[in-house]
Amino acid sequence: MTVGVLALQGDFVEHLSILESMGIQTLEVRTPEDLSKVHRLIIPGGESTAISLLLESSGLKRAIVERVKAGTLPILGTCAGVILLAKHVTGKNAPSTLRLMDITVDRNAYGSQLQSFDEKIRIKGSSKPLNVSFIRAPRITATGKHVQVLATYGSSAVFVRQGSLFAATFHAEVKGISAVHALFLDA
Amino acid sequence: MVASRPAVLYNRRMKKRNLLGEDLARMLKGGVIMDVVNAKQAVIAEKAGACAVMALERVPSDIRAQGGVARMSDPRLIKEIQRAVSIPVMAKVRIGHEAEARILEALEIDFIDESEVLTPADPFDHIDKHTFKIPFVCGATSLWQALRRIDEGAAMIRTKGEAGTGNVIEAVRHMKVILREIKELRSLSPAKLKSIATEQRVSLALLKDVREKQRLPVVTFVAGGIATPADAALLMNLGAEGVFVGSGIFKSPHPEKTARAIVEATAHFKDAKKLAELSTGLGGAMPGLEIETLQTRMQER
Repeated sequence: MTVGVLALQGDFVEHLSILESMGIQTLEVRTPEDLSKVHRLIIPGGESTAISLLLESSGLKRAIVERVKAGTLPILGTCAGVILLAKHVTGKNAPSTLRLMDITVDRNAYGSQLQSFDEKIRIKGSSKPLNVSFIRAPRITATGKHVQVLATYGSSAVFVRQGSLFAATFHAEVKGISAVHALFLDA
Repeated sequence: MVASRPAVLYNRRMKKRNLLGEDLARMLKGGVIMDVVNAKQAVIAEKAGACAVMALERVPSDIRAQGGVARMSDPRLIKEIQRAVSIPVMAKVRIGHEAEARILEALEIDFIDESEVLTPADPFDHIDKHTFKIPFVCGATSLWQALRRIDEGAAMIRTKGEAGTGNVIEAVRHMKVILREIKELRSLSPAKLKSIATEQRVSLALLKDVREKQRLPVVTFVAGGIATPADAALLMNLGAEGVFVGSGIFKSPHPEKTARAIVEATAHFKDAKKLAELSTGLGGAMPGLEIETLQTRMQER
């Protein structure tokens, strides 16, 4: 199995590092040709407006949506990746998204960098809390009925699943934590 | 500067680091940070795919041409830019000017650039960045400058290059110098490493970490003189993790097109065919300057 990491902008190297430390074969995905070689895809953190434009111009947007509709591409999105997977995005200057998950996301819901924070969260079914980073994070404000909540912080879902699509508003990869990736790869 | 890939790329255990700021810097990687002087330009930058904007009153080439003391921007301008865009907003303070930095922190921008492009305020010291929650990016022309800034609390480093010239040679020089100095650490004995740390006024723990990982412990961008998509690709291929473009966008004949092309080139820096397309029909770049003709070398600040 080859896991692709969308490598247009953002912290894709951190995701590649985690996967490689787990012994997974990886590929940096920048074109539809790259995408055709992978079995799963990770959309990293970064700036969702920048990644959205690059998804469109590279032809990857259409290619990703086609693969997901065909049921052949499980995806894990983190932070900006959550925004890009969402059907609905609120907040100013919302980017055009892949519209694959039935969730509503508020961009930069917590504020500027001064409101970024580290927090312990617990994934359902696991007893071990993970110390993760929320960096100018989005907030999931609504989830559709087919969306399963895997972790919460306060009153908000921060890690959700809809079929083979996973979305986490936090960064575990910057802390060297592989639990989120492991869950995605096992599914 | 991508080298080997251990699970944790950066040593997070070292004391007194702005780890949240370092994490934000990671999210900027592979992106382009653009200088903007008003909200209208900020919107153009965001629409072109900038990963952040740098708010300032005059772009470096105008500072160079007009002379005078260059200072932090009027907070009104910064607030207008914050209201206009959703991407991170950065702004510059003069080297050593802690009061300007306190003001920018109070405005709740996302990153402060303690920048040689503005007129320095302190002839002796840079800002003690440990006392801030807001992260700082600082310029460097050598490994030693980079490490001193990191010791002071910088969460991100950029090469200085020579701002406002549209001439990429100094950015290339600084990137290559830093990479070479990192490589050279490998051949140093423990005793020599200790003496060089003392001589260069950097912490030994930090120096040891750089020697082991063969990279700086924070994200490293390039800046100063980048004017074309090809310039961005050149520096990304050298190992830069992202690009600052100052005068290169809004001093070019077609800012929207140039901005977009530099964003694409930074993402697809290895794809020569794509770079050829991106370089086509931009109507030229900003007018450039030879380094030898400059009255002020900002990099020496």
